[in-house]
Formats: sequence, C-alpha cells, structure tokens
Amino acid sequence: MLTWPNFYSQLLNGLALGSLLALISAGLTIIYGTLGVLNLAHGALFMLGGYAGYVAYEETDSFLIAVVAGAFFVMVVGFALERGIIRYFYNRPAEDQILVTFGIGIVIVELVRAAFGNLSKTVPPPAWAAGVTPLGFMIYPTYRIAVLGIAAATLAALYIVLYRTRIGMVVRAGIEDALMVNMLGINVYRVFLLVFGIGAMAAGYAGIINAPVVSLTPDMGENILVQTFVVVVIGGVGSFSGAVVGGLLAGEILSLTSMVDPAYSEVMLFVIMTTVLVLRPQGLLGVQGRE
Amino acid sequence: MSAGFVGALSRRSWLPEAIAVIVLAVAPSVAPLVSVDSDILGRILIWGLFGFGFDLLFGFTGLLSFGQSAFFGAGGFIAAYLLTANLIGNVLVALALGTLGAAAVGVVVGLIALRRTGIYFAMITVAIAETFFFLENNPLSAWTGGENGLPGVPTPSLDLGFVAIKIGLGWSMYWFLAAIFLIGFFIARRIARSPVGHILSAIRDNPLRAAAVGHAIHAYKLTAFTIAAAYAGLAGGLLGVLQGYMPPEAFTFDTSGQLVMQTVIGGTGTLIGPTIGAAVWLFGHDFLQYGLGLGAAWRLGLGLIFVLLVCLLRRGIVGGIADLARRFGRVPAARVAFVRTAAAASLQAKRRARPETEPGLPILEARGLSKHYGGLAANSDVNFAVGVGELRGIIGPNGAGKTTFFKMLTGEVTPSQGQIFFRGSEITRKGVTEVCQIGLTKSYQINQLFPKASVRENLLIPALAECRGRFRLDLLKSIDRVPGLQADVEETLALLDLTARADVLVADLAYGEKRRLEIGLALATAPSVLLLDEPLAGMSPQERVETIRLLRNIRKGRTLVLVEHDMDAVFDLAERITVFHEGRVLAEGTPREIQGNSFVQEAYLGGVHAA
Repeated sequence: MLTWPNFYSQLLNGLALGSLLALISAGLTIIYGTLGVLNLAHGALFMLGGYAGYVAYEETDSFLIAVVAGAFFVMVVGFALERGIIRYFYNRPAEDQILVTFGIGIVIVELVRAAFGNLSKTVPPPAWAAGVTPLGFMIYPTYRIAVLGIAAATLAALYIVLYRTRIGMVVRAGIEDALMVNMLGINVYRVFLLVFGIGAMAAGYAGIINAPVVSLTPDMGENILVQTFVVVVIGGVGSFSGAVVGGLLAGEILSLTSMVDPAYSEVMLFVIMTTVLVLRPQGLLGVQGRE
Repeated sequence: MSAGFVGALSRRSWLPEAIAVIVLAVAPSVAPLVSVDSDILGRILIWGLFGFGFDLLFGFTGLLSFGQSAFFGAGGFIAAYLLTANLIGNVLVALALGTLGAAAVGVVVGLIALRRTGIYFAMITVAIAETFFFLENNPLSAWTGGENGLPGVPTPSLDLGFVAIKIGLGWSMYWFLAAIFLIGFFIARRIARSPVGHILSAIRDNPLRAAAVGHAIHAYKLTAFTIAAAYAGLAGGLLGVLQGYMPPEAFTFDTSGQLVMQTVIGGTGTLIGPTIGAAVWLFGHDFLQYGLGLGAAWRLGLGLIFVLLVCLLRRGIVGGIADLARRFGRVPAARVAFVRTAAAASLQAKRRARPETEPGLPILEARGLSKHYGGLAANSDVNFAVGVGELRGIIGPNGAGKTTFFKMLTGEVTPSQGQIFFRGSEITRKGVTEVCQIGLTKSYQINQLFPKASVRENLLIPALAECRGRFRLDLLKSIDRVPGLQADVEETLALLDLTARADVLVADLAYGEKRRLEIGLALATAPSVLLLDEPLAGMSPQERVETIRLLRNIRKGRTLVLVEHDMDAVFDLAERITVFHEGRVLAEGTPREIQGNSFVQEAYLGGVHAA
C-alpha cells in the first residue's frame, strides 16, 4: 500500500537496514583495503555473531551480554582464522584468497548447522526496546529505532578509531601501501591481525544486533554477503565512507522498492549497481586504480 | 608449465580423448560393482559439461566467477519451458535453444561484469547470479513455475531416419549424456588448443602485456565468458531432461559454489578436472552421508576437504597427478648449452605489407605532448619526430619523463594535451592494442613476460597478434595450422639467439636472456617502429655486449627509439639523440652536437663527456 505512514515506516526500515549493511560492509572493506583479501566468509561471520549472541542470551537472559559476547566471540574467531589460515594467503593470487575464504565460510555454516540444526532460532529484543513507539505521525517498533541508533553509534565509533587514533592512522596507511608501512618499522602483520579481527567483529556484531529483527538460520549470511558486495561495489572498495553511503543507499532501495513490489527489491539493487558500474566503475567514493 | 600452454606447437595428442571414450564405455560395467547407478553417473557428466566451460573461464582465462548458476538456470529453464509448454517437441532442439539463450545472457552479463577484474569481477558475478535467482522466483514465475520449478520435462527420442531411439531413464539416458559429454569435451579441447585458448592463458598470466602485443583482451575475455555460459546452459538443460523436472535450486548460489569447489578439487586448467571433482563430490556425498552415517554433515566434510586442497594442493587432484607423473615419468630436459646461431645475424627483419611512409616525412611524430598527474607535469609540450629507419636515442636524468613519453606514444597512457602521428595519421587516443596492430610497440623497462610459459610459448603470443590481428574467433582451429606462425616464432628465436633455449621456462632463464626475451615479445609483433625502454639496464658486461649486437641486428628495416642510461651505448648506436629534462625536450642533435651542447653538459652530463 502506498500511503504516507507506510512510506515513512519503509524509509525508517531502509535506514535501519542500511546502517546495518553499512556496518557489515565497513568490516569487509577495511579487511580488503588493508589485507588485500576479499573475505567471502564475511556473511558466515555475520551469521555466527547471531548464533553466538543467541547462545549467550539463552545462558544469561541478558541482551547486553549477548551483544558483547557475540561480538567478542566472532572477533576471536577472526583472530584465529587470520593466524591459522589467512596470513599464509597474503602472497598468493587473489583467486586463492577468494577460494579459501569461500571454503571457510562453508565450514562455518555447516558447523553451525551441525550444532543447531536447520530450524530457525530467535532472540527477543531487550526489554527496554520491546514494543512500539509512537512517533506522532505513526507508530514504529522500538527495537528498530534502537538498531538505527546502535548501528549509527558503532559506525561513528569505528570512524573515530580509524580517523582519530594512531592505530587508525596505521590502518589507513596500510590501505594505501602496506609494504611501505612495514618498511617504516611498523609490524604490519600485527596490524593485519587486528584489522581482520575488527572486520570480523563488525560482521558478528551486526549479526547479533540484527538477531531480534529476524530469525536465525545457518544460511542467513549468504544473502547478506551478496548485499554487502553490492554495497561495496556501489560505494567503492576500500572506502569507509563509500561503505556508509552505499549501505544506506542499498537499505533504502531494498526497503522502498519492497513497498511497491517486494519481488523486485533485490533486482532493483542490482539495477543500481549496474548503473554505478557503467557510469563510475570505481564506485561512488572509490579511488580509480585501486583493485 | 601452465594450462593452455601445454603442448603448444607440438603434435596433436588424441590420448585424452581416447581415454575419455574408453572410460565412458566401461563405466556402466564397472559402476554397479561399487553400487553406483546410472543416475549418479549422469549427474557427474552434467556437472562435468558445466565444468568444461567454467574451466576455460577460470582455469585458462583466470576469471573466477561465482555466478555460473545464472546461466545454468537460464539454459535449463529455457529448454524446460519450451518443452513443457509444448512450443518445441524435439528435446535436442530445445537443448540447443537453451544453450543459445544462456550464451546470449552470458554476453549481456559479461559486458557488465567484465568492466572490472579481480575481486570486483567475483563480487559482481555473485550479485548478478543472486538477481537471477530472484527473477526466476518471482517476476518470471509464470514461465519458471517459481518455487515449484517445471515438472514434466520429456526425455528425448532420436529419429535417425532408419531407426528411432527413445531415450528413457536408466542406462539409455546415460549413453545419451555420455555422447553429449564427449562432444562437449572434444570442443573444449579444441578451444584450449586453438590460438584463442593460448591467448586466454596469456591474458591470465599478464593481461597488460597481452593487450600491449596487440590482442583485444576484452573481446577475448567476453568470448571465454560466453563459452562458459553456453556450456552452463547446456548442462542446465540436461539436468531438466535427466530429472524430468527443472528445479529452481539450479539458480541458487549453492550451484555456483558447488561448481567452483568441484573444479578446484578436481584441478583447474585441466578441462577434465571439474568432472573428476564432480565424481569426488557426488561419491563423497553418498559416502559421508550414508557410509559414515554423518547425515547432513556431509557438506562439512567436503568443505574441510576443499579448504585443505586450496591450502595445500591448489592444482587439485588432476594437477597433483600430473605433477607426480612429471616428477617420476619424464626427466626434465637437461639445460641445453647456450649455442650461438650463426644464421641470426643474417636474418632480415620480417615484414608484412604496410603502407610506406613518404620519404622525408617522419614516421612517428609527437606535437605539443603533455601529461599531468594532478599538479605534477610528467611531460610538457614535447615535440618529437623520428624519420623512417632512424635509430634515435633518448637520454635524460631519472624523472625526466622518458617512460611516460613512451607510454603516451604507444597508447598506454592518454596524453593530457597534444597529438601523436604515425605514418601521417593521428593515433593519439587509439589505445595500446590498436597502436601495436598498426606497427608501433615498445619493450618494457621492467620485464613484462608470460612467467608460467616457455620462451617459445611467450613468443607465440605476439606472433599470434601479428598473424591474426586484434581479434579473431578461430576457436576450433589448431594452433599448428595458423599459417606462418611457426616460422615467425623460429625466426624471432634465432634473432634473439634463444633457439637453444626455446623450451626453457621463463623462470629458469638468466637475467640477460629474460631481457632479450622482453625485447623479443615486442619484436615478434613485427613493429615498424620499436621503442626500447632501457634494454641494457642491470646487465652484466657480457650480456650487454650480446644485447647491443641484438639491437644492431634488429634495426634493419625498422625504426628504433632507445631510452637508455648507458651513455657509451647510446652515443655509439644512435644517429640522433634527444635530451629530456624535467619533462621537456632540452636539446636534440647528433651525438657529437649533444656532446658539445653546453646546456646538456650543465643539466645532465655534468661535464663528464665534455672532453
């Protein structure tokens, strides 16, 4: 139905979805930008975050602990993956990196499936964000407003870390030229480890934040991964601001198109991606020649 | 040695085809012994067909697509729809139309996805494939049955005129699939051994140089993409025929992923690898699920195997066996001693007919050429002209803009301002491939070779561009049948003094030999003007002498422009010298004039040569 309240509500849905996509994409893009590795396990890490949060919630009944534990768990998994596998692929062709992360993603999904089965799991929203909030012109689920706030705050925090701290400066320098950073006497491999952990955590954190809005299934990361790719292609690989702009854009496209006809929302996303590729192949905020 | 280069210019071997025929013929007798039925064998063949195209795309051309399900599904649903809607009665015709439809979709998708390379390409193919899944599921559900798929796909009956064969399920279906599989294999083998197959491998190993020696690499990549889509479409159609039902799962990301995993497990760049991978996958599925009682965790087992293979045995099962066979079966050829070929010096530069430039006019001219990178001017207002047959030297301190100037001349870099003329016609924005095709190319300051191939196979790539032009679809022609190709390669080998080293891999060459091969790649495009970017850099005294002799040999019938820091060589070889300084032309004249030029002495030579 095309009514104004419906439109506003979809606009807000788009913002909430978009800020989550921005968060996940920021994780993917800083990993790619710094390490040069396209992480196809990113969707699986998103899913893993949701399940880790689910377990923590079942144990403690505390949403806050679920978020912290879920994010922390995925970060540790990220550290382990970087130490155990990813770092041996820095000097191998891009195709090998893609293949190995693709395989890791499958293994994670199947491990979760083996442990939790195919039936979906749910995490309720925290008590303070349950129910609906009247916004004057319409009523809206409180938790979705919370998602928007949490994701925006996290993006802001990530921005401050990346652009206002010493370690962030090293990471950004690593995105420009990792070899040079290494030659300047900074242990760039320790930075790589950190970045992979943070990037993985961004995905896992988004997974648990998103958990009360959807139901958890082992396959849920696949669609998110595809949407994240579209976001990164639209925004430009390796660009933090590109991930934010692309994420919000993708969220609104998905949301507003589904108001007209849900069947076309993913298709419309692809149309926008193609348009960007034709008009500006390096992405909206991407730098030419950085691939 | 890498895929695609294997067996170049060697006698055609029918061994793989023969083995394929024998294995397919005995499989029905052996399979029941290990409790494998015709259905599983049929599926392996379908995935194998799917894999022929994918291996040409990924293994040969180096384009890793995660979107092949789009074409598998498109071909499958086109064929299934035509048959179930009774628009086409003949199954073979419907399969052919499905294949063509998938190829057409491949062209359109390829035009979009191939705008980028590497990880962008992988991401775009993923996104496109997902879009097809959504299209199939909803907007197109009137034709595809949406979530239900299309049931009731008929089995084929072949009317051979004198006898009509009705293919049912079971073993008759196996023979039907085996026949199509064999045809698919023969065609894929021919493509791999055709000039196009070799160019695809060159694009994988060094796209920049493949374009610079005169191949329209974008068109070739689109060709590989379309071939892969066609194979996928055929396989999709056959899946519908085998099952009597076209499942919507054909369009899912899992289909693309399974193809990638099977190909890597079996071995990329081997053509038959994906079939082996499919066999491992389908047997493994049954074995893990029922044999070991793992149930639904079978995918976990195969996922772990896949990760292990990527980490440890990247060339997969077939590649691993080939490596073992090479280690134990055949002793690598002993390094052949460096033999000087007496004929080399007397060889005349080969020439294909090209319009001659009027005498007195420059063959290559730059007018007011400038290149700015942001605020930095690499070249400003360069005017430069070379006469036919001249050997021109360009000198200047590091950072004087010599390399950028060369890149603009060959179309690798677009000038900010100014024009370039070759034989009197403007070539300013033609691009490096076109410029090479009309007879102007350069050798690189840093070697740009095809590192996984032998010397001979390296020279094949530019020679192909010279024989065949920028793009030609001779997919089924054997490389041995390209007229003049072998002679071209032998001639260049002799000229480079590398005849005795022709079958040595690039990685095993000495530095000086690599440098000569670098010049050889440019030379084999048969340029009338050859630009040489520091050909003597980093050479030992002996290598330097040999390369200077090569330069003297190749100047017959050619115009050469030489950027070099080796002053003795330049002043010895060049008839005229142009001096670059801070992006501009500082002076130009005979070596004697340049030696006496006080500006040059001050700016560059620092009085060393002043005496």
